[in-house]
Amino acid sequence: MSAPNKSYDPVEVEALKPEEIERMRDEALAAFRAADSLEALHEAKVAHTGPASPLSLANREIGALPPHAKADAGKRVGMARGAVNKALAARQAELEAERDARVLVEEDVDVTLPYDRVPAGARHPLTTLSERIEDIFVAMGYEVAEGPEAEAEWFNFDALNIGPDHPARGEADTFFVRGEQGGTESGVVLRTHTSPVQIRSLLERELPVYVICPGRVYRTDELDATHTPVFHQVELLAVDEGLTMADLKGTLDHMVQSLFGPDMKTRLRPNFFPFTEPSAEMDMVCYVCRGASVGNPDRPCRTCSSEGWIELGGCGMVNPKVLTACGVDPEKYSGFAFGFGIERMLMFRHNVEDMRDMVEGDVRFTRPFGMEI
Amino acid sequence: MRVPLSWLREYVDLPESETGRDVQAKLIDSGLEVETVEQLGAGLKGPLVVGQVLTIEELEGFKKPIRFCTVDVGTANGTGEPQEIVCGARNFAVGDKVVVVLPGAVLPGDFAIAARKTYGKTSHGMICSTDELGMGDDGTHGIIVLPPETEVGKDAIELLELVDEVLDIAVTANRGDCLSIRGVARETAIAYGLPLRDPALIDVPAPNAYGYPVKVSDPMGCDRFTARTVTGLSPEARSPIWLRRRLQKVGMRPVSLAVDVTNYVMMELGQPLHAYDRTSVQGAIGVRRAEEGEKLRTLDGVERTLHAEDLVITDERGPIGLAGVMGGANTEIADHDDTERSTSDVVVEAAHFDAVSVARTARRHKLSTEASRRYERGVDPEAAAAAAQRTVDLLVLLAGGTAEAGVTEIVAPSAPRTIAIPADHPDKVAGVTYGRETVVRRLQEIGCDVYGQDELIVTVPSWRPDLIEPNDLAEEVIRLEGYENLPSTLPRPRSGRGLTHRQRLHRRIGRALAGAGYVEAPNYPFVSEQVFDQLGLDAGDPARRVVKLANPLNDEEPALRTTLLPGLLGALRRNDGRGSHDLALFETGLVFLPREAAAVAGHLPVDRRPTDEEIARLDATLPEQPRHVAVVLTGAREQAGWWGKGRPADWADAVEAARTVARETGAELVVRKAQYGPWHPGRCAELAVVVDGTERVVGHAGELHPRVLKALGLPERTCAMEVDLDALEEAGDDTPQAPAISTFPVATQDVALVVDKPVPAADVEAALREGAGELLESIRLFDVYENPEQLGEGRKSLAYALRFRAADRTLTVDEASAARDAAIAVANERTGAELRG
Repeated sequence: MSAPNKSYDPVEVEALKPEEIERMRDEALAAFRAADSLEALHEAKVAHTGPASPLSLANREIGALPPHAKADAGKRVGMARGAVNKALAARQAELEAERDARVLVEEDVDVTLPYDRVPAGARHPLTTLSERIEDIFVAMGYEVAEGPEAEAEWFNFDALNIGPDHPARGEADTFFVRGEQGGTESGVVLRTHTSPVQIRSLLERELPVYVICPGRVYRTDELDATHTPVFHQVELLAVDEGLTMADLKGTLDHMVQSLFGPDMKTRLRPNFFPFTEPSAEMDMVCYVCRGASVGNPDRPCRTCSSEGWIELGGCGMVNPKVLTACGVDPEKYSGFAFGFGIERMLMFRHNVEDMRDMVEGDVRFTRPFGMEI
Repeated sequence: MRVPLSWLREYVDLPESETGRDVQAKLIDSGLEVETVEQLGAGLKGPLVVGQVLTIEELEGFKKPIRFCTVDVGTANGTGEPQEIVCGARNFAVGDKVVVVLPGAVLPGDFAIAARKTYGKTSHGMICSTDELGMGDDGTHGIIVLPPETEVGKDAIELLELVDEVLDIAVTANRGDCLSIRGVARETAIAYGLPLRDPALIDVPAPNAYGYPVKVSDPMGCDRFTARTVTGLSPEARSPIWLRRRLQKVGMRPVSLAVDVTNYVMMELGQPLHAYDRTSVQGAIGVRRAEEGEKLRTLDGVERTLHAEDLVITDERGPIGLAGVMGGANTEIADHDDTERSTSDVVVEAAHFDAVSVARTARRHKLSTEASRRYERGVDPEAAAAAAQRTVDLLVLLAGGTAEAGVTEIVAPSAPRTIAIPADHPDKVAGVTYGRETVVRRLQEIGCDVYGQDELIVTVPSWRPDLIEPNDLAEEVIRLEGYENLPSTLPRPRSGRGLTHRQRLHRRIGRALAGAGYVEAPNYPFVSEQVFDQLGLDAGDPARRVVKLANPLNDEEPALRTTLLPGLLGALRRNDGRGSHDLALFETGLVFLPREAAAVAGHLPVDRRPTDEEIARLDATLPEQPRHVAVVLTGAREQAGWWGKGRPADWADAVEAARTVARETGAELVVRKAQYGPWHPGRCAELAVVVDGTERVVGHAGELHPRVLKALGLPERTCAMEVDLDALEEAGDDTPQAPAISTFPVATQDVALVVDKPVPAADVEAALREGAGELLESIRLFDVYENPEQLGEGRKSLAYALRFRAADRTLTVDEASAARDAAIAVANERTGAELRG
């Protein structure tokens, strides 16, 4: 390398002549233009901007020029290098864009390909429908209460005013846990409804009591298209001062509106249950035909068999005897209760045609219901 | 209860235009569950007339006997000539009066009648059977042969009352009064605001001393017994058409005149009656409890061994009837076609028996009859005398009998029942202001006597034994005022606390498992005991101790599950059999574990709150019922596809499912190798948690034993996991603490350690963790490698990525290396791990 401020040798600085620098610049620009790939451009870049490139070498010579020539030469070389770098960057960008366009096209995929590497799981609709109903009441301030499935007869029957001679207490309806003698003397049954949870709630909780009792219950029906010996219920119990049948009606209306739409309503029909007095059967307006199918053979409704109403379950005012058995003063407190089967509601809400589909655990049945319904 | 509208109209003057559907709607509103209205003779169109068979020609050469008949139908056919009819039935003879349907008529079921050629003849109509006319069962299923006095040419639609509507009412257990036309008529009258003509309001003679002798020894079981005697019944007398038709319409089969009459009166008044053949009864009739082991052959021909609680009717010889349930064969009225004997004198019984006693006897002997159903639900004791009189009247009228003057009536003294209620009680129950006047009026309508102003003294009618409490009366008022008129209001519960931690956890676990690809499959808890052998459980395995049912649906499955696996594996097999081979199922549910020494659940009182001790004692009789969660897997866990290969479900998925569940509970799960029952001995993980400082095994996971898979018919390599969710929950921590997050750079060090194959990776990792000290942020096993040539026989290499980070500074390479070396040193000391060279 030449030392600075050495004697000025016009031969040696041939490279700093303006036409020489223009030539170097033009050669570089031509090389970049000619480069048809990023690799070729890289080679051109090394050749024309690298440390051994003519422009770099020329730049080094500037230092050896006399002071008056330095500025001039420096400006010329600087402009040339600027133009070269700019052209390089532009060509680089151009080639990269070309490459990207080409490569990304090559990386094109079929986005319609199916993907079932790990098929989705699902919760059973009986579980999620029950939760959905629980949530309606939890939002109103009710709490969810649970209890054992193998239950003492006292909780399942006696405390509910179902006396020892009531037909429901026979082996024809109720599963009995086998006693020491092999008979039904154990005093333990598989609960036939979730009502014993109401009794437990009244015994364990402070008044007022507002609970919702979901769970599995058992009756000795053989499995067929419309019966199952193991099924699910949701029951509700409210015991407070001054509760009336109008409150029961309003609570039922609220539930069916939450589940089926704002203009839904319920209907009560007198009935008889030992644990409620007065008692009623509760129906809801058919949410499919809204009653339009009644007496209208041209528009039959499968959901309600053109009755206009769908039977939900039983309800009523808690029998004062039940309150007494739980130590609640019926003179001061009154209550209402209702209960219905989740299977039945699932059947009409989701068009399940056969009860067996709900108990056989076929994944094809359960999967479409996902996580919540 | 089936109620023909024509019969109902006899007691209530319903407007002519009211249809069965109209009455149904009214009765439903006031509380009677009218399930259907059957349209008898719907679509029936005449001419349907009475004819007399003139000639019968037997046609030969057909597969079955065929008759060609000529029948006189009067002028009904327009010509007055005999009608030529081909008939396939044989239960009629020349001269018989029959029902003939003529061409142009339409029978029920849209069956149009026209003259047609059949069996080589032209048949101009049909001779009809009960089935063809939709009349109900008369036991013959043959041609209807009418009484000889029936007029030829008469319209048979009217004669046989073929067009009618029948309300079918599901009567609730408290409304025995509505198991009669009388009771339904009363409800109808109230619903329409019309007067009732009460069929029980008839004159009855006063009791006297010369009726048939009766001795009631058990006045608690029988508080009323009326006996009447009718003699000289004509053995030829048959039930008239109107009576037979009414019985058919209410669903009973006409049998013989005396029996038909007692059934008819029972339907009319709700009072079960029994007619004894007087010549078969020996001596006085008695009512008493049976002697244990006493025998009685009932009318259905069954020889029954009696129980000491059974109430029986007796004569000198012993029992002649099960009171309120069924009569005995030894005093049965003779059948019309009985050639041996005939009955001309009968003793009619109209009694009132205790509801509970009848219910128990009926259940004990599995014998539910029209009579027992009524006694169980309550029969009006005041109607007995009227019912006996009605029966006597009909026997006299229809069978030419003579009523004896003797009237036996035994009545245990009782007072009418009264209930005191505040006049505004119904208002308070309903949440509606009815007012005293309405309340009193409604109670009077149902037959109560009401006195008082603010406090009402209500005497309930004899036919409503179900009215006992103030709320019973409130219900009467509210239902008659209309449940449909109740307003809709919402109570304001006090603020609730939302779902409990446990309830939220159960939902979360369901979502976590479903999110991991498992499908929930809840199963019945009924299992066989053989399944424990199939699962390969040891003889002493606690899971073999089961709670059994006294009355299982299926005798093969008398036990309640102690593990979820049998049910869940059944669901897996079912799915597999239906062509779904890649399966991941889960279930959460209760299992039932017997207590060591379960006491018998005693009966607690219901007239007060049981004490806490009484409740605790009762609870101690119940099986323990912990909640379990289980998964089963088979086939591909990851499917093969365009993305590459699939991956079969394996033991590790099962263990991971346990970890998924444990993560939701916040419990720290200990996984270690073990051998247990249904699982592959080399591929079974024992799952444990620490509760209150004590480690507790809560379940197992892994691949199932090939023998178990074979025994249960399951696909190879099926895997399973089951844990006690309640125990996991107990071990869980529901308030995880936030870690301190350092923003200094991480220093990563990978190490490959060689250990003997049986050394569990978990032990190596635990040692590394301990040795690495607090600079260790995380540790991850990223490779397991076995190669005898490189590592030596029985050795394996475990490759770990260690990540170090300090809270307060950037770690130097030396610091990270020192921590790594310390980790290796502890691993070496504990497990013999050597750094792979």
